[in-house]
Formats: sequence, C-alpha cells, structure tokens
Amino acid sequence: MNEGGKKTIKMLSLAVLGMFFFSFALVPLYDVFCEVTGLNGKIDLSPTRIAESDISEGRDITVQFVSHNNEQMPWDFGPSDEVINITTGKYYTATYYVKNTTSRAMVAQAIPSVAPSNAAAHLKKLECFCFEQQILKPGEEALLPVRLIFDNELPDNINNIVLSYTIFDVTEDNLDELASYMHEHGEDHHSMGS
Amino acid sequence: MSAVIESHDDHHHGPAKGLTRWLFTTNHKDIGTLYLWFSFAMFLIGGAMALVIRAELFQPGMQIVEPEFYNQMLTLHGLIMVFGAVMPAFVGLANWLVPMMVGAPDMALPRMNNLSFWILPFAFFMMLSSLFMEGGAPNFGWTFYAPLSTTYAPPSVTFFIFSVHILGASSIMGAINVIVTIMNMRAPGMTLMKMPLFVWSWLITAYLLIAVMPVLAGAVTMMLMDIHFGTSFFNAAGGGDPVLFQHIFWFFGHPEVYIMILPAFGIVSHIISTFSRKELFGYSSMVWAMVSIAILSFVVWAHHMFTVGMPLAAELFFMWATMLIAVPTGVKVFNWVATMFRGSITYETPMLFAIAFVVLFTIGGFSGLMLAITPADFQYHDTYFVVAHFHYVLVPGAIFSIMAAVYYWLPKWCGNMYDERLGRLHFWLSFIGVNVTFFPQHFIGLAGMPRRIPDYALQFADWNMVSTVGAFLFGASQILFLFIVVRTVMGGKKATPEVWEGAQGLEWTVDSPPPYHTFSTPPEVK
Repeated sequence: MNEGGKKTIKMLSLAVLGMFFFSFALVPLYDVFCEVTGLNGKIDLSPTRIAESDISEGRDITVQFVSHNNEQMPWDFGPSDEVINITTGKYYTATYYVKNTTSRAMVAQAIPSVAPSNAAAHLKKLECFCFEQQILKPGEEALLPVRLIFDNELPDNINNIVLSYTIFDVTEDNLDELASYMHEHGEDHHSMGS
Repeated sequence: MSAVIESHDDHHHGPAKGLTRWLFTTNHKDIGTLYLWFSFAMFLIGGAMALVIRAELFQPGMQIVEPEFYNQMLTLHGLIMVFGAVMPAFVGLANWLVPMMVGAPDMALPRMNNLSFWILPFAFFMMLSSLFMEGGAPNFGWTFYAPLSTTYAPPSVTFFIFSVHILGASSIMGAINVIVTIMNMRAPGMTLMKMPLFVWSWLITAYLLIAVMPVLAGAVTMMLMDIHFGTSFFNAAGGGDPVLFQHIFWFFGHPEVYIMILPAFGIVSHIISTFSRKELFGYSSMVWAMVSIAILSFVVWAHHMFTVGMPLAAELFFMWATMLIAVPTGVKVFNWVATMFRGSITYETPMLFAIAFVVLFTIGGFSGLMLAITPADFQYHDTYFVVAHFHYVLVPGAIFSIMAAVYYWLPKWCGNMYDERLGRLHFWLSFIGVNVTFFPQHFIGLAGMPRRIPDYALQFADWNMVSTVGAFLFGASQILFLFIVVRTVMGGKKATPEVWEGAQGLEWTVDSPPPYHTFSTPPEVK
C-alpha cells in the first residue's frame, strides 16, 4: 500500500465516523430547525412572556382544543371548553380536565401540538401544564391551566387554530419522582404498584 | 535469495484447494464470486417471500397466512432484496470487474475484502433467525418507521438492529476498498476521464455509501437506545419525535436507492455500446449526469414524507429538487438511445436485458415524476402505485442490469459461453413476468388500493390475480437462470478472450477465464 492509499483510507474512515456523528447531530439540528421555523407544529416547552398589546390591534380568531390519550393511557383527559373565540395580543386561560381513573398513582406528560404548524411560532405560553409532569393519586382529578397568547404577527390567513394535547403515561420512566412525591404527600406506598 | 524465489512462485500459484480457499481467500475474483452467489441465494429467499405475499393476494380475503406473518414476509422481502440481493450483487460485480477494468492486480485491501464478505452471511443469518423467535421476525416494513419499530416492535427487533449494523459495516468496508482501489491502483495512463463507466459509477456509489451507511447505523443505534436504554429520540412522551426518524431514515434512504441504480447505469452503458458496435455517446456527460444525480440525492429525501405534515415551502422545495433529478437521468437515457442510433445492433441476451432496462427503468422514472408532484402524491402515497413505481426501477432496473452483467461477463469469468437460446428464453420469460406482475399494480394503486395489507376490497381482485400470475412466472424463470449459470460454469463452448465482437476495455485483453492473478504488471493505457 503506497502513501496515497493510506491517506485515502484515513480520509474515508474519518468521513465514516463524521457521518455517524452527523446522524446524531441531526437530532438537535432538527429541534433547532423546528423551533426557529415553527415547522411541525412544535411549541417551545418553556414559559415565555410577551407584553399584552393594545386590544384594538388584535383580530378575532378561533382556538379549538383537542385531546388525545396515547396508547393505553387510561386517564380521563379533555378540554373544559372545546372552542374559544379570542383576540390576538391578549392573554387567555384555558383549562383541561384530568382524572386518574386507575387504582394506582401515575405520572403523566402532556405534549402539545399546533395546527396549522406555522401558527406555532406565534403561540406563547406563560403557563402550561405541559411544562411539567403531572402526578395524580388513584382517583384524583384536577383542572390543568394553560395561559396563552397569540401575538399580532399571526399570518392573516390563519383564523382557526387547533391546539392539541396528547397525554402519555410516563410512570415507568419516573418511579423515583413518583416515590418522593408520594413520600412528601404522606401517602401509603402500597397503592403504587404497577 | 530463496525468499525471493518463493515469492516469485507465489505469484503464479492458483487458488488453494477445498473449502478454505473460499474462507480465507483474499483474491478479488474469488470474493466477487462469493458475493454473487450469496446475493443469488438471497434473491431466491427474498423472492420466495414475495411469492408468499403474492399468493396471499391472489384473491381477496385471508387464505394462506396470518396477517402478522404477512407483515413479516413483507418486511423481510424488502430488507433481503435491498441489502441481501441487489447491494451484494453490485459489490460482487465491483470485485470481479473494477481491478480488471483499471488494470490493477487485486483490490487495494484484500483482507478487509474477505472480512466484508464473510460478515454478511452472519448478518442475514441473524436477521432470518428472528423468524423462529418468540414474537416473530420484524414486521414493520423495510423502512422500519418508529414507533412501529420501537414501541410496538417484536422482541426480535434487537437482532434486526445488530444485523443492520453488521451489513452496514460490510458495505462501508466494501466502499472504502473500491475507492482506494480506483484512486490509487489505476494502470499508468488511465486518467479519471478514461475510466470505464462501470468504474465511474462504482466510484460515485462508493462515496454515497460512505456518506449514508453511517447515518443508517446512527438511526438503528438510536432505536436501540430508545428500546433498551430509556432515551427518547423518537418517543414523543420524552420530548422526541417520530417524524425525526423518518427524516433520518430517508436522509439515508434516498441516496440508498441511487446506490442501487448507479452501478446499473455503468453496466448498461458498457453493454449498449458493445452490442451497438459504437463508442458510447456522450461519455463525459454520462459521468457528470451520475455525479449530479448523486449530489441531488441528498436534497430530495422528504419527497417520501409529503403527507407527514410539512409547510408548503418545504413541499415545494422537495418537489422541485426531485423533478430536477429527471434532467441528468434524461441525459443518460438520451445517450443510451443515441448510442444505439444507427448502430449495428445485435440482440444477444445481455443486450436484450439492457434495452429492457432502458425502457422499463424509464417507465419507473416517469411514475417517479408523477409521485414527485406534491398534491398528486397525497393521492398516491402508500398505495400500490408506489409499489409499482419502485419495483419498476428495482426489478427491471437494478436486477435486469445485474442479469445483463452476468450474461455479459460470465463467459469472461468462467471461460465458457452460455446457451444463447436459453438466455433469450430466460429474458423473455422474465420480461413478460415482470410486466405482468407490476404493470397492473399501477392501475390498482391509482384506484386506491393501499400497500402493505394482506386483504383488499373486491374491486381490486382481477388485477391482483393477474399480478400474482406474473409473479409466479417471474419467480419460476429465475430457476431457469440458475440452471443456465450452473451449466455455463460446468462447461460449454469455449469463449475467446474478447468474447464479444467490439467489446472495449482491459478485462477483454486477458484470457477467458482470466488467470487467478491478472495485471501483476500494470498494462499501458493510451
């Protein structure tokens, strides 16, 4: 093998390694890309505050709330109001009703999505139950708030927005959190079996 | 001194005897043969699975297999044909032909060559063994979309993941070998733009493999981590995204489909030129067309995902980028036709397969253009129209080109001529079989029959029956192919070194069959 050959092998092996790591780099790149462009209906999962504008600048839009239960998630889960008429540039609070219908304590995570996807960049949430996991004891119910605002830059052709939440059972992945929560709240540990 | 004499003797030795010849061989011709036989075995296994699918679809309703098993057949058929039949066949052809075409004594990395072949049988043994495991074989389609392949996968998915790792490693090693051979071991005087087109096509293919096989490895590694180590790459509950899987998969997957067709372009260029007894029309435009196709293949992946929910701007970009590929492809088809124009054409078996390739591959290309139209794709997506499209580019495309290559170079490899009458019979049976199988699938697809289902609505019954009849004809005619090849290897009319009147290239300057070691002293290329 001559020098040129060795060099080619080295370069190609580096390229292979590089592409392998590039495939993993696609993961954050994809998230960044979605966040910047608001593609895919992905929403920023952290609170953002924007100033409320003069109400006269806003326009009327309709927001529909929908809910999905992922896989075998047994909880009752749904919006308190299915449709609200709101004005852009103004804060509103909506609520979702949730009840743990099982006989064990469970941890849930709600994931939001917006359609049409180009509305996602204009939705800001001051507060959302999707920012954190929900722990509910057996039979416990709750009203989960989401405080949201659509900014005035919302494209003119969007008059109807669907805000969807899918609730996932993440108990298995969060047994430690569940245990410490139950400890703090002085519950007996026997109800925690899964 | 004795060492010198010994190495001189080594130089002229033939192959070792017995099984160890094949286990330990570092000879590019032996390894090429191994690859080709392996891919043929996989072709028959994958084909048998296709026949299970077609037999079930012969009539509406469930007749022969359970839906779960149907899904396993569907998945394994795709995986085996892509990774076990087409890709190894092209690597086998590269092993046999690239060193002989560039005037090199062997591949640049002979031991790695041995390794990259011998890990393949293990990969496929592992993949196929999952058929006998609890929960059955992978059942999520060859595209293994998450969460079908993660949350809902059978337990055997881990074996599938490791077999993909192994066959990926094999492909990468093969690609490195091809590139190093081509870049460093060409005979003096053979500049890049004097290389035979098959060598060019493989050089480009090898770069595509280097670029995307690691991405495939990354995708299955992420699956592995999601399944076993609690990560959430593709799990929405943990902040991941199943759509990300599709992006990563098709970032690999689209260049992959060109990996399966570029070597075919090279093969067909050789054969059409030989049997038209003319220089290939537009050599340099052929090279640039292949380079453009390869580069464009990296920016069209999302046309597989038009219905996943993308903004209009992205749909338009991927639609136009996809349609742009028709330009270099059109250049190639034009050049093949222009080569035949006013040529002294004879229709031996390789030429028949090559002409069928040009015609039928173009049909597959046109249906691809139809699918590229975003609004139309919403209608066609996941219907049999897509199945018809990619089978037209893969069966009478890639596989016909492999058969053409075998008929064209087999007399060179084994020194015997095949039976021309039987070869033509094989061609016509295959040609009729392939069209009877796949052409009706255009109709049932446009009429709305979804793909990947074991049962269907009654209005699709007639064309499905026709399609199944064609599939069994095509399948049976491959037994004839096996018979022809075995008979030719065993004996037959002796082939001349040139084999074909008007064949160009260094491989035709050595004897048929070529000595075990060729071009130990590099030939001079003018």
